[in-house]
Amino acid sequence: MSDILTIGDKEIKNRLFIGTGKFPDKAMIKMVLEESKASVVTVALRRIDMKSSNENILDYIPEGCIVMTNTSGARNAKEAIRIARLAKASGAGNWVKIEVITDNKYLLPDNEETIKATETLSKEGFIVLAYMNPDLIVARRLVRAGASAIMPLGSPIGSNRGFKTEEIVKIMASEIKAPIIVDAGIGKPSDAARCMEIGCEAVLVNTAIATAEDPVSMAKAFSGAVVAGRLAYTSGMGRATEQANASSPLTGFLR
Amino acid sequence: MNFYNVYNKYGNFSFDEFFGKVTDEGIKKTLRTEKLNLNHFLTLLSPGAGGYLEDMAKIAHRITVQYFGKAIQLYTPMYLSNYCENECVYCGFNRKNPVHRKKLTLDEVEKEARFIASWGLCHILILTGESREMSPLSYIKSSINILKKYFSSISIEIYPLTEDEYGGLIEAGLDGLTIYQEVYERTAYDRVHLSGPKQDYMFRLNAPERALKKGMRTVSIGSLLGLGGWREEAFFTGLHAQYLKEKFPEAEISVSLPRIRPSSGGFEPEEKVEDASLVQIILALRIFLPRLGITLSTRECSELRENLMPLGVTKISAGSTTKVGGHTIKTNEGDKPAQFEISDKRGIFEIKDMLLKKGYQPVFKDWMGNG
Repeated sequence: MSDILTIGDKEIKNRLFIGTGKFPDKAMIKMVLEESKASVVTVALRRIDMKSSNENILDYIPEGCIVMTNTSGARNAKEAIRIARLAKASGAGNWVKIEVITDNKYLLPDNEETIKATETLSKEGFIVLAYMNPDLIVARRLVRAGASAIMPLGSPIGSNRGFKTEEIVKIMASEIKAPIIVDAGIGKPSDAARCMEIGCEAVLVNTAIATAEDPVSMAKAFSGAVVAGRLAYTSGMGRATEQANASSPLTGFLR
Repeated sequence: MNFYNVYNKYGNFSFDEFFGKVTDEGIKKTLRTEKLNLNHFLTLLSPGAGGYLEDMAKIAHRITVQYFGKAIQLYTPMYLSNYCENECVYCGFNRKNPVHRKKLTLDEVEKEARFIASWGLCHILILTGESREMSPLSYIKSSINILKKYFSSISIEIYPLTEDEYGGLIEAGLDGLTIYQEVYERTAYDRVHLSGPKQDYMFRLNAPERALKKGMRTVSIGSLLGLGGWREEAFFTGLHAQYLKEKFPEAEISVSLPRIRPSSGGFEPEEKVEDASLVQIILALRIFLPRLGITLSTRECSELRENLMPLGVTKISAGSTTKVGGHTIKTNEGDKPAQFEISDKRGIFEIKDMLLKKGYQPVFKDWMGNG
């Protein structure tokens, strides 16, 4: 049975999405994307220079890999909308990860502004993936506003702290029909596997891969973990229980 | 409430007494602490912590890579005018210095802009001396209007403005402000600013807040190392940065740590800030404020700049000249220092290659302020 994630009209084979902000050089990004066979990569428009004589990061993205520009740097809906429109106008496509950050200390997203930006951009035909602070009600509003996928954070960006928001994200994964993609804070392949085991549709990783000593191998490790976690989920994992199950049932005498 | 109130709380604080009480145990404990308070920060600036630079460097490097990745942003300064009404003893633009004075015409601004933009650089920092008469706000605005055709992010390093004036420039397309207090310690400030509008300590000190109130995206502050005691000055720089970050969490705050260089005024600093001290300041700031931007200019020599990068630096200038129109306009000034002497004279492409070789991504563009 095929298990392919669909967002917008695109089929996504590899459920590991890769971020590009922290790599030492662009050639490395290319290697990572090729070797991990990534299907989706996110690039900050703030870093793309279409006019420049210098090489452009987009030149390093393998064919067939979906580019999702992100609105990194936006401090409100208005700026996120402006960045998304610029991205589209400059030929970077209509996939956008909305990222609105009004707190530069922890880099936590502003859910309210994200809803506003999602509403406007999805009406304009963008495929919106909304980066957010995990919250079921906000996720519902984002879906209503037209988001194609919801991207709750696992822990603060760049922290490598792992999947700390699991309880809330798990509720979101079971209640929200749109794909839930855990973005930010994933530090180890096992964190990524855990996200997938509880029913998330994909995981986005940047820091943990980009700052690894061997980013290419680390990307492969994450890729494998995502596949394993997904397979575990679709295979129907046995429920973990607090206590051992008595092998002789307590009500066995009724038979 | 403004930063001056915060600064004033330290009026009677004895740094020497604090530093005298710092123990090895206290330093080691600080190095194990995840979230540092001001006492921890001071501990890292203490003479005692000077013996722990390698331990501090390991932490600072890890934090920098974690939060900023292996990427360094590049920018270059562009001098619009060196007319100045101030008499600052350390500066080559001092009104009493017999330097050649020049102000770029708008055509020349465009010529310089086109030349710098041809390198692929998207961030520009424009500078003037302090003269509202020779480089009035209208001139700055006209320059911004030209520059925004060539650059995606424009910052100013000019005289301090009022809140509304900052608002007007932001509307015109400005997104960054660089304004150094030069020296936080009040009596030292008065001692080196002999005449001119820059004598107004408070108006300068509160300029970053005025700009941030109007929505400035990035603000860079700093102290000119060598004018006051470096430990105290580094502390006030960190205190100021922390204050601004907390009051304006949406803004990007960075610091610069310029050391006094030879200038055409021939000023010699009272206290020479050694390389090890500069290192200690960078490390203490990085560990205290993990997400703080740290800028390093071409005042420092190429070798030191390369060695400092992994310790916490996030932004460097390249291809710099401190001469007005220095990129495209030939003058008869010869090679004598202008505002200050450039030490790292490498061009942007050499810097780019160096960064790649060192395993850092040279970032030519990191914002699009005027689309």
